[in-house]
Amino acid sequence: MLQIADKTFTSRLLLGTGKYPSFEVQEEAVNISKAEILTFAVRRMDIFEPSQPNFLEQLDLEKYSLLPNTAGAKTAEEAVRIAKLAKASGLCDMVKVEVIGCDRTLLPDPVETLRASEMLLDEGFIVLPYTSDDVVLAKRLVDLGVHAIMPGASPIGSGRGIINPFNLRMIIEQSSVPVIVDAGIGSPKDAAYAMELGADGVLLNTAVSGAGDPVRMAHAMKLAIEAGRLGFEAGRIPEKNYAVASSPNEGLIT
Amino acid sequence: MNIQLNGRQQELSADIKTIAQLLASLSLEKRIVIVELNKEIINKTAYAERPIRNGDKVELIHFVGGG
Repeated sequence: MLQIADKTFTSRLLLGTGKYPSFEVQEEAVNISKAEILTFAVRRMDIFEPSQPNFLEQLDLEKYSLLPNTAGAKTAEEAVRIAKLAKASGLCDMVKVEVIGCDRTLLPDPVETLRASEMLLDEGFIVLPYTSDDVVLAKRLVDLGVHAIMPGASPIGSGRGIINPFNLRMIIEQSSVPVIVDAGIGSPKDAAYAMELGADGVLLNTAVSGAGDPVRMAHAMKLAIEAGRLGFEAGRIPEKNYAVASSPNEGLIT
Repeated sequence: MNIQLNGRQQELSADIKTIAQLLASLSLEKRIVIVELNKEIINKTAYAERPIRNGDKVELIHFVGGG
C-alpha cells in the first residue's frame, strides 16, 4: 500500500493525463493501468471553444485522486497561485509542486521548489514536490514536512530512464516519506528498476501516452511496477564478480 | 461593459452583472471551472451575488491533461 498523508492507495503507479492520441485511448489506458492518482495541469479555459471535451469531466471522480501540477510556474509565488486555483475546484487537496528552472532541460528550480513547498505546507496543502535527484535537496524537502518527494529519473519526456540510480537509492534510503520517481521513465524496465531501488511509486505520462499502443504500455507499466515492487520486497541476491554454480558439486558422475 | 477575460478584451452585454450570469452566457455553469476575479479566487457559493464591473480582470481556469 502507498500511503501519502492520510490517503492510502493500492496502486503505486501515478499516471499523467497529457498528450494521448484520443480520449477513448486515454480512458482505456487509465482503466487498464489501475492507477488511482491522476495528474493534471491547470490552464485558462478556451472560452471561445467551450464545448471542447474535457477528460476530467468524463472521469468517475470517486475512483481517482487528482494531483494537479503547477507546471508553467517559474517562481514559488506562481506555483502557489496555480495550486490555490486547483484547490478551489473542490476536487483535490494534493499538489505536485513543479517549478521549472530551465526551458531546455525542464529541470526543476531547486530554490523556488523549496520555497513553494514551504509556502504550500503553510497553506495546508498535501505537498508532493517534483525535484531533481539531488540528495541534500530531497532531505531539505523532507525536513520541511512535504508528504512525498518526487525525484526525476531523467528530464521530463526524455524517456532516458534512470540515469542516476546511485542518488535515487540514497534519496530513498534517507527519506521518511514516500519517494515517487517522476519524469524521464521510458520503458517498463525503467519503472521496474525504480521500484527495485525501493521507490514507493512511479509517476509517468509520455512513456504511456506517446507509446505506439498506449493501452498495452499502460498495462505493461502496471505489471512492471508490481514486479519491481515484489522484487524489492523479496530482497534480491547480492551481485558477485564470478560464477556460483546452481547445481551441487557433490555426486558428480565421473 | 468591457472586461479582460482570460487575457482578452471582451465586451459583455448589459444583462450580465454577476459571475453566475457570465458563466451562464458562456454555457459554463455545469462545467468544472475555477473563477479568479482581479487575482482573487471566488468561492462557488458567491457566484450568484458577486458583481462584475467594467475593467475587471476575469480568469476562467480548468484542468487539462498534464504530467
